[in-house]
Amino acid sequence: MSDTTQTYADIGPSSGAKFRQRFLPIAIFAAIILAIPMLDPSRTMLALMHQMAIYIVFALAYNMLLGKGGMLSFGHAVYFGLGGYFCMHAMNWIEEGGIWGAYPTFFLPLLGFLAGGVAAAVIGSFSTRRAGTTFAMISLGVAELIFAGAFMFDSLFGGEQGISGDRMNGPEVFGLTMGPQQDIYWFMAFWTILSVIAMYAFTRTPLGRLSEATRDNPQRVEFIGYNPTRVRWLVFTASGAFAGLAGGMSAVNYEIFTPEALSLIPSGFVLIMAYVGGITYFAGPIMGAILLTYMSSMLSDFTEAWLLYLGLMFVVIVMYAPRGIAGIVFGFWDGIRGSNPGAYLTNWLIRLFGSLLMLLGLIILVEVSVRWSNGWGEVFEPFGMHFPHESILTWIAIFVPLGAGAAILRHVTREKEEMAA
Amino acid sequence: MTAPALSLKNLCKSFGPAKIINDVSLDIQKGERHAIIGPNGAGKSTLFNLISGLYTPTSGTVSLNGTLISGVPPYEINRMGLSRSFQVSNIFANMTVRENVRCGVLHSLGQGYSFWKSVTSSKEVQEKTYAVLEHCALLDKANTPAALLPYADQRALEIAITIAGGAEVILLDEPTAGMSHSETDRAVELIRKSTEGKTLVIVEHDMGVIFDLADRISVLVYGEIIASAPPSEIRGDPKVREAYLGDEALPEETV
Repeated sequence: MSDTTQTYADIGPSSGAKFRQRFLPIAIFAAIILAIPMLDPSRTMLALMHQMAIYIVFALAYNMLLGKGGMLSFGHAVYFGLGGYFCMHAMNWIEEGGIWGAYPTFFLPLLGFLAGGVAAAVIGSFSTRRAGTTFAMISLGVAELIFAGAFMFDSLFGGEQGISGDRMNGPEVFGLTMGPQQDIYWFMAFWTILSVIAMYAFTRTPLGRLSEATRDNPQRVEFIGYNPTRVRWLVFTASGAFAGLAGGMSAVNYEIFTPEALSLIPSGFVLIMAYVGGITYFAGPIMGAILLTYMSSMLSDFTEAWLLYLGLMFVVIVMYAPRGIAGIVFGFWDGIRGSNPGAYLTNWLIRLFGSLLMLLGLIILVEVSVRWSNGWGEVFEPFGMHFPHESILTWIAIFVPLGAGAAILRHVTREKEEMAA
Repeated sequence: MTAPALSLKNLCKSFGPAKIINDVSLDIQKGERHAIIGPNGAGKSTLFNLISGLYTPTSGTVSLNGTLISGVPPYEINRMGLSRSFQVSNIFANMTVRENVRCGVLHSLGQGYSFWKSVTSSKEVQEKTYAVLEHCALLDKANTPAALLPYADQRALEIAITIAGGAEVILLDEPTAGMSHSETDRAVELIRKSTEGKTLVIVEHDMGVIFDLADRISVLVYGEIIASAPPSEIRGDPKVREAYLGDEALPEETV
């Protein structure tokens, strides 16, 4: 018997590998989150990080569906929004006192989790009967339905002004008054770390593994004794619950929820975050959430065309790096540890150079075009340079880097193909 | 007398006007190794799909150990102890070999749809997975992604997933299709070993394999069973010879 024990352990990953692959990344992630307050971040930075925390949880919840379950949803903000709305109501009940008065606002995301889960269980009971296009279309329809419904039921959704509340009621936990941003940081840290661990653990459970099996091959799942519809429904419910938890975090952070939170715009945003980050990796959506939240709040300070850049980035990722940022990062890591790190690095740097050249041309093109189209006679003048749209030099500065970058990338790709052949 | 492991009664399946399976009745006893042969397009795979629950019969019934299973969804039939493989490798391509087999083991060991415990927490699951991998000679490839396996090993994995749940009735759909001679010999050995004491229904084109393995052979031609008998009788049956004439020669009896 002890023989078998030894041998079956041998074929699985060693405990060292388990530690490196499973425990260590999450421990580092948690350590970074816990260390950030030591840097004494500004209020703006805190606000940004709180937004990131909300989107990290939301994007991971979304990826339970898309990446691990193979279900493309165009309306996942519904569960985020319903969870958040429920928390806003609960926040107001807490303020009114009574039995609710004993509920700490710190634990509101738990209610969001339940509300999101119940909503997803009900809607999922019919939407998960089919996967693929049917599921995607139903998710779109449900999102539109709920969004339209939100404007009809004012007492539930508060109409255009939404529902607002005050998070500084109810009993304190962990000595947090929930007033200052610093208190909210610990609230965010607690729920983010907890959710990341829980969602990672979910991928390791029988249901989590079956979710991947159902994504890959629903037919075969039927012939190993599982009902793929049931697997999808359970995964959908879990995903909706974590989306609701993120909604609860958002409710506490902003103290307001409006029907826009249920609309297709946040649904699309979370899809882009998960995809840009890389849906085949657990960490992908975390990276996507951090990057896109940062871009959407910081890039808009630099350029009014930031949405265009966001869109272009999405298209480029879909077309040229379908495994997302996580794919690029982990690919690079594997490459420099591979058999020929020198050649890999050279190739990688050439590609980076080509991409940056193209980006340079593109930025000038976009910025010059935006100013030209505005028609206020404004001229794009970065670093003391001067790019008027009527100057031929401007157009040279656009198309030469674009062309050169494209040529370099083409050359590198072709060389690689020839080497492979 | 105990009920046969599998019993088909007046089974018919039509797709529109096309009658693919026409009034098939067949009893397969427990522990029997039963082969179904027939020319291309005879309806062998359709018959498998009817038995395993992928299709619902147009009329007629299928019973497993005396329980009616026609119209029951595949996953419930599987839980009742019938497992099948596929003609085209039907595996979880993005998972490793070990994870593939583990998925096949889970339900039979009562893991259900649980999401409150780790998949590795059950020692029973780990041991069963190991045993199946060892049985199918896939141990050394346990951590290879299934999609990267050589063809013959993918077929072995297909069988491994099929037997992993411990089903008593095993349906194999052309398990040796596209294999070389040595690979076929290995596959036959694996099938023989895996179905020891179980009921096996096998569809196969390789006559050597059939006559080697089967206790009884049914010949399916245009959706009808024209003969069902032990190999020695099938070999001499003029109707069978006619159906196969010019198509494939039946191997002569070797002493």
